[in-house]
Amino acid sequence: MSESSIMKIVEPNIYELSSAGRTGITFPLPDVPRTEFPASLLRADLPLPELAEVDVIRHYIKLSKFNYSLDDGFYPLGSCTMKYNPKINEDTARLPGFACTHPLQPVESVQGNLALMYQLQEWLKEISGFKAVSLQPAAGAHGELTGVLIMRAYHAIRGDTKRNKMLIPDSAHGTNPASSSMSGLEVLQVPSDLRGNVDLNALRAICDETVVGLMLTNPNTLGLFDEHIEDIIQAVHACGGLVYGDGANLNALLGIVRPGDLGFDLMHFNLHKTFSTPHGGGGPGSGPVGVSEKLADFLPAPIIGIIEESHSEHPPLLGFITPEKTIGRVKAFHGHFGMLVRAYTYIAMHGADGLRQIAEYAVLNANYIKARLKGIFTVPFDRICMHEFVAEGQWADAPGIRALDVAKRLMDYDFHPPTNYFPLIVHEALMIEPTETENKGTLDAFSDALVKIAEEASSRPELLKEAPHKTPFGRMDEVKAARELVLCCWLPEDFEQKG
Amino acid sequence: MTYIPHSPQERDAMLAAIGLKNLAELFKDVPEKHRFPALRLPPALTEMEAAIELGELSLGNENVRTDLVCFLGAGAYNHYIPAAVDHILQRSEFYTAYTPYQPEISQGTLQAIFEYQSLIAALTGMEVSNASHYDGATAVTEAINMAYAQFHGKRTKIVLSPAVHPQYRAVLRTYTQDLRLTIAGDLPSPDLAFAPQSLLPLLDENTALVIVQYPDFFGRIHDFTALIEAAHSRSALVCIAANPIALGLLKTPGEMGADIVAGEGQPLGIPLSYGGPYLGFFATRKQYIHKMAGRLVGETMDNRSQRAYVLTLTAREQHIKRERATSNICTNQGLMALAAAVYLSLLGKSGLRQVAELCYHKAHYAAEKLGRIKGYSLCFDAPFFHEFALCCPKPVAEINAHLLEHGFLGGYDLGQDYPGLKNYMLLAVTEMNSKDEIDALAEILEEVAYV
Repeated sequence: MSESSIMKIVEPNIYELSSAGRTGITFPLPDVPRTEFPASLLRADLPLPELAEVDVIRHYIKLSKFNYSLDDGFYPLGSCTMKYNPKINEDTARLPGFACTHPLQPVESVQGNLALMYQLQEWLKEISGFKAVSLQPAAGAHGELTGVLIMRAYHAIRGDTKRNKMLIPDSAHGTNPASSSMSGLEVLQVPSDLRGNVDLNALRAICDETVVGLMLTNPNTLGLFDEHIEDIIQAVHACGGLVYGDGANLNALLGIVRPGDLGFDLMHFNLHKTFSTPHGGGGPGSGPVGVSEKLADFLPAPIIGIIEESHSEHPPLLGFITPEKTIGRVKAFHGHFGMLVRAYTYIAMHGADGLRQIAEYAVLNANYIKARLKGIFTVPFDRICMHEFVAEGQWADAPGIRALDVAKRLMDYDFHPPTNYFPLIVHEALMIEPTETENKGTLDAFSDALVKIAEEASSRPELLKEAPHKTPFGRMDEVKAARELVLCCWLPEDFEQKG
Repeated sequence: MTYIPHSPQERDAMLAAIGLKNLAELFKDVPEKHRFPALRLPPALTEMEAAIELGELSLGNENVRTDLVCFLGAGAYNHYIPAAVDHILQRSEFYTAYTPYQPEISQGTLQAIFEYQSLIAALTGMEVSNASHYDGATAVTEAINMAYAQFHGKRTKIVLSPAVHPQYRAVLRTYTQDLRLTIAGDLPSPDLAFAPQSLLPLLDENTALVIVQYPDFFGRIHDFTALIEAAHSRSALVCIAANPIALGLLKTPGEMGADIVAGEGQPLGIPLSYGGPYLGFFATRKQYIHKMAGRLVGETMDNRSQRAYVLTLTAREQHIKRERATSNICTNQGLMALAAAVYLSLLGKSGLRQVAELCYHKAHYAAEKLGRIKGYSLCFDAPFFHEFALCCPKPVAEINAHLLEHGFLGGYDLGQDYPGLKNYMLLAVTEMNSKDEIDALAEILEEVAYV
C-alpha cells in the first residue's frame, strides 16, 4: 500500500472520477404500467461509477492520446500486417442497413447481407484457390482451431483413427501448437534448415501414419517463401496427412500465388491483416477458413449458399447451408459480419491488379529496409525476403544491449517497434513488416533511426537501456504487476466506503 | 483504387537499392507454374463507386432502425446505444492500434481494458474479469477449458442445462468433440419445464462444471443458489451464462456463489450488426485465474513512478506456452470491450438500472397483453426479465411471415431447437419498444390467429 501511495496518477480511473449522483444519460420514463419486481431476485447494489457525459468523453479521449496507433505513424509489427485501414471501411460497416440487422432475421429480409457474404466467400475462394470458404471463425486462432477440427474429422470419418500428431515448424506462431492441443493432439516440432526453410529430411523422417497433418506458415515467420514448398506438401500428403496453411502472411501472396494451387488442403485468412480491417487494439479480427474440395463437407455450419434458384424476375434466394459432414458451429451466429463488410469494401476497391500490387509493394518495402540495414544489423538467412524479415537486435561491440532495448529506443524516434523475441529461432529477433502502405520517405526515416540506434548501442548504451525517454510512460515493472495482481480498480470495501 | 503511395521513380530507386530490375524478380522462390495467377475478380472500384455499391447492398436488407419494429432477441438485443460510444470507438488511436504489447505507448488501450475488467467484475459480482472472448458462445466454452484444467483432466463430465442458448451448446460441443468429455443434461425434461432442479441428479464426483443461463434462454429468472451449493458439495465448478443488462437489476451470479460468469456483452453498447463482432465476457474468482484463458491487464508502475498498466500473467498464453497454453486465443474483442466500458461508464449506476427496469416493465406489459389474446398464452409461469415464450395457435414461421409484411420482426421460433416446443415463440422487449408498438403487435397477432 505504501508503494502505491507514492505512485503518480496520470489519469484517474473511471471509479476515481465518479461522483455520487451524476448521470451520463437518462432514459424516458416507462410508457407502460410498472410491474412489481420479484424481491428475492434483486441485486443489493449496483456498484457502477457515476459520471456526466463530458467526464466520460474527456477521460477516454485522454486515454486515447496515450496510444500509438497506425494513424499516428509507422507500425512495422512483424506478422501483424499493420497496413493503413481505409476510412471508407468504417463508413460502410456502419451503414444502418448493415449495422441494424438482427442475426436471426428471416433470410428474406437480409438478402443484402447474404449477398455480401456470398460474394466475399466467392472472392476469397478465387484469391486463395480453395473450393469452399466459411466466414464464421472470429480470428486467426479461431480459424486454426476450426482447421484442426476439420482435419481430425476428415481422418475420423475415413476410419483413420491412429492419427494423433500435428507437425509444426519451430518458426510457427504460438497459436498453431495451442490450437492443436486444444483439440487433444500431440505436437511434434519440425526444425528449420540453414536457409530458413522447413528441414525437408527431418520432415520426411517424422511423416508417418500417426500424423494428422502439418500446420505451415508460408511465407514463414522469417518472411521467407519456402524453397521446397511443393516437396513439403508432397511429403505430408504421402503419409496421408493434410497441410494446413496459417494465412497470417497472405499479404505477400495476393495475386502472386494461390495456396490452393500449391497443394495446401486448407487455410485461414486474417481479414484484419490482409484485408485491412483494423486491429482495434486487440480485436475484433475475422478468420474465415478456406478448404479444398475433399474438405468442403466438413466446414463449420452454416455457410451462405443459394437456397432457391432464380425464377422469372426473382433473383436467387440466398440462405444458410449446412455442409453434410460439418464439424458443427464454432461461433454464435454468422461470423464477424462488420469485419466482412470492411473486407468486402477493400477487395472491391482493389480488383485483381490492385491485390497483386499490394503483395508486390509489401515485398518491395521489406526488401528495401533490409537493404538499407545491410552490414549494420545481422539478418540470418539473408535471401530475398517476402513481406517481412527478421534482424538481430544485438552487436558484439555492444554487450548487454538486447532487442528489447532497440525496440524501446525506436519509440523515442516516434516509430512503433517491430515484433521482438519472435520467431523463437532467431536470437534477439526484431521482426520487421512494413506493409505496402508506407512510402519511401517513411522507410528511409525508419532505417535511419535504426542505423542511429545501432551506433548508440555501442557509443551511448544507457540511452537504449533506459529508453523510451520521450513517451508519456516509461518502462514498466512487469514483476510488480504479476506479483500484486491488481486486476480491478474496484474493490467491494472501497466502494462501500465511498458509496 | 489502392492505398499504395509509391511514385514510379521511388519504386525504381528502391528496386535499384535492392539490386533488382523489376518487381517480378522479388518472387523467384515461388514455383513458376503457379506464379502470378490471373484472378477473376470484378474491376476495381473507386471509393465513390464502392460507397454506392455498399450502400445499395445495405438497402437490400430491412433493418430495425428504419424498416422493422424488433421483438426478436434470443441472444442479440436491440438496445439504445448512446452517441458517445461510437464517437470514442471512432478514435483511430483506439481502433488502429494493435494488441498492447508495448505498454509504454499503449496505456490508452491498457487502462481502458483495466476499467472494462473492473466494470464487468462489478456487474457480475465476481473478483476478476479477463480482457474478452469472441462472443458469448466461445466465452462459455472457455469455461469448460478452465474447469478441465482445474481438475487436471481427471473430471470429465460437464452438466449442461438445456435452457442454455442452443447455439452456445452447439459451439461447446464442436470445441470439445475430440476431447474425452461427456456432456450430460442437455436434453429437455419430458415436462418441458427445463428447470434447474432437473440437473441435480446428474451431479457427481466426476462433474467438472455445471453450465446454466441467467435469465435462461426462455427469459426466465432462476435463483441458482441451491444448485450451486449442491455442485460445490461435490467440488464441481458452476458457470452462469448471464445477460449483462439483466444484471443491472437482478441478484448477481456472484451472490449466488457462481465460480464463472460468462456471456454475451453485445447489449452493452454494441450494434446488432447481423451477429458480430460482439463481445464475450468472462469473470471468475481470483483463485482460478492461473487456469483462465484470455488476456489480463494488471496495474503496475513505470520507471517514472507513474501508475500504469500491463498485460500480465502472460505465461498462461499461447505466445509463451505454445501447446501448454490455457487456450489458443490471441486476437480477442479489444474494441468491443472498449465499447462496453464506455457504455457502462456513461449509464453508470442509475442508467443501467433504468434500462433494466424499462426492459422489465415493457416486457411484462407485453406478456400480459399478448397472453390474453384468444388462442395465445404464456408458456411458462416463472418470473422473467425481458424475454418470454408465447404459445401460439399456428406455426411461428407462419406468424412471423405475416408480421414481417406488417413491418414487425417477430420472435424466435423455439421449435427449431426444441421439438417439444412447436408453436412456441420467444419474444424480446427492450427499452426501444414503445407501448404503441406492443399494442400494434397484439393487434396483428390477434388478426393472424384467424387468417
